[in-house]
Amino acid sequence: MSTTEPVADNGVNVEHLLGARTALTDAPEAAEFTWRATTEWVRGTRTQTTIEDYSGLGEKHSHKAEYSYTGDHPEVFASEDDGPTPVEFVLVGLSTCLTAGLAAVAQNRNIQLKSVKASIEGDMNILGILGGDPEVRNGFNDIRVHFDIDADASPEEIEALVAQSQKRSAVFDVVTNPSNVSVTVN
Amino acid sequence: MTQVPVVVIGAGHAGLAVSHVLTGRGVEHVVLERGEVANTWRTERWDSLRLLTPNWLTRLPGLAYEGDDPDGFMTVEELIGFIERYAELGDAPVRTQTEVTSVAPGDSGYVVTTRDGSWEAQAVVLATGAFNRPKVPAVAASLPDELEQVTTLDYKRPDGLRPGRVLVVGASATGLQIADELLRSGREVTVAVGEHVRMPRACTGRDIMWWLDRIGRLDERYDQVDDLVRARHVPSPQLVGTPDREDLDLNALTARGAELVGRLAAVRDGHALFSGSLRNVCNLADLKLVRLLDTIDARTAEDGLGDDAIARPEPTRVPASPRLDVDLVAGGYETVLWATGFRSDYAWLDVPVLDRKGELRHDGGIVRDAPGLYRIGLNFLRRRKSSFIHGAEDDATDLVEDLVAHLGSSIRTFPINFV
Repeated sequence: MSTTEPVADNGVNVEHLLGARTALTDAPEAAEFTWRATTEWVRGTRTQTTIEDYSGLGEKHSHKAEYSYTGDHPEVFASEDDGPTPVEFVLVGLSTCLTAGLAAVAQNRNIQLKSVKASIEGDMNILGILGGDPEVRNGFNDIRVHFDIDADASPEEIEALVAQSQKRSAVFDVVTNPSNVSVTVN
Repeated sequence: MTQVPVVVIGAGHAGLAVSHVLTGRGVEHVVLERGEVANTWRTERWDSLRLLTPNWLTRLPGLAYEGDDPDGFMTVEELIGFIERYAELGDAPVRTQTEVTSVAPGDSGYVVTTRDGSWEAQAVVLATGAFNRPKVPAVAASLPDELEQVTTLDYKRPDGLRPGRVLVVGASATGLQIADELLRSGREVTVAVGEHVRMPRACTGRDIMWWLDRIGRLDERYDQVDDLVRARHVPSPQLVGTPDREDLDLNALTARGAELVGRLAAVRDGHALFSGSLRNVCNLADLKLVRLLDTIDARTAEDGLGDDAIARPEPTRVPASPRLDVDLVAGGYETVLWATGFRSDYAWLDVPVLDRKGELRHDGGIVRDAPGLYRIGLNFLRRRKSSFIHGAEDDATDLVEDLVAHLGSSIRTFPINFV
């Protein structure tokens, strides 16, 4: 048996992730994370969101920098279009999660990635949010993700990467399964 | 209190295999059984069930199948006969109708208390089965009261269910077999499908179990797999052992009229909400199946068994827009059948060796935190075949080896301190 198999480097520290899994199995409370963001209304449909800290491993952590995002509605909704619409943020959440997960799975399977591009589309009937048809839901009725991947792997291995990245994706889970949401006001 | 070196709890196939190996090593022991030999098979299985493994593979240390249908699959009744014969042949020291109520640390090992006296032993082997309790998800509590909920421990046959539609939750061997016989009895059936393992009954004329044995899959050891947590939780393959050796997969159910939906994710206001992940779980299972067939093809070529590559099965047919939301009562559903797996029951085990999820901490069946305590008969206990009848042979041999060494040493050691 050859032991000189090339080692893929996708820039993902898989040893760290696997180590964390072992450590957290023994200390399950440290595995409880809370993620947060703050959104302020600016004007019209424009909002400014900041993301600064999150909790996990038993303590609060700060991101390296404070991240800031502008959200808005497009001009066809008679808005200013100063930023993406909220549903586009949801699509971004899904495609970034799947793509990041895919890189981690590829690293774990020793598959060198050359390029990965995820294109995502979500279909929505806006009669739902306009209240124009009670039979129509507000949200997406169909979401499609298409990956273009160049990697040192067979088409079957690449297909398996894509499947596994869905299986381990937090946002895929959020989008495909119901979650309890509570909204309060001061 | 009666003294005995070893107590084996459970006279199913695994406990009796341990008993056989202990007898071979000249170790005095007793097998305590809450009911009759092969009790779980007698009382907690549905009528049409047959083993997933062919008869030639259904063997225990000292007893192989001797009938005239080596490629057939035993019915439960035949299996009970096989296990009874095994107990008689080996003259196993079984005490039936002796339910164990407690296993606790004692002065020289363990005290095993039963409804009919107690035993003191240096070693105890738990062969109490892996299927003691149905694993029913918490969402069951939110189902409307109008629906009858049935677990696979209670299910016997289609006409035992109320008339009306059935939601079968779970798509492993049990869920598919029951969904299939409900469909054949004329029921309308919806199957909630999570992660599953798809397998053909046979490839190039040989049973899939023959192939899994051949490629060494069944002998893979617990200390050699990459991810043991994953390996121990792999769902049972979608197989059925029928006389005509048919395949049983989601496509077969769809062809009989079943509706497929995603994993049952929640129940809200009487509506069942299903995951939107159906396509991916089917795709994962199809990909894994193709990888298995590739391995078998490679082995066929290597062994010169033939030139024919195995035909690749049709990908799982997933509806374009599987339903996500079903109003169960208004939709005519009368029954929810939980085919969501089983768990072991350790309510009687008064030794602190369970993890936070109530599962036994063990190293290939050896309970390191409680010297002299052993477990047999769990999924991937020591090998992938551990959950099959014939898997008991190697596991029993390994565990008895360790147990005999323990007996040799425990004579000279002080009582175990469990503080």
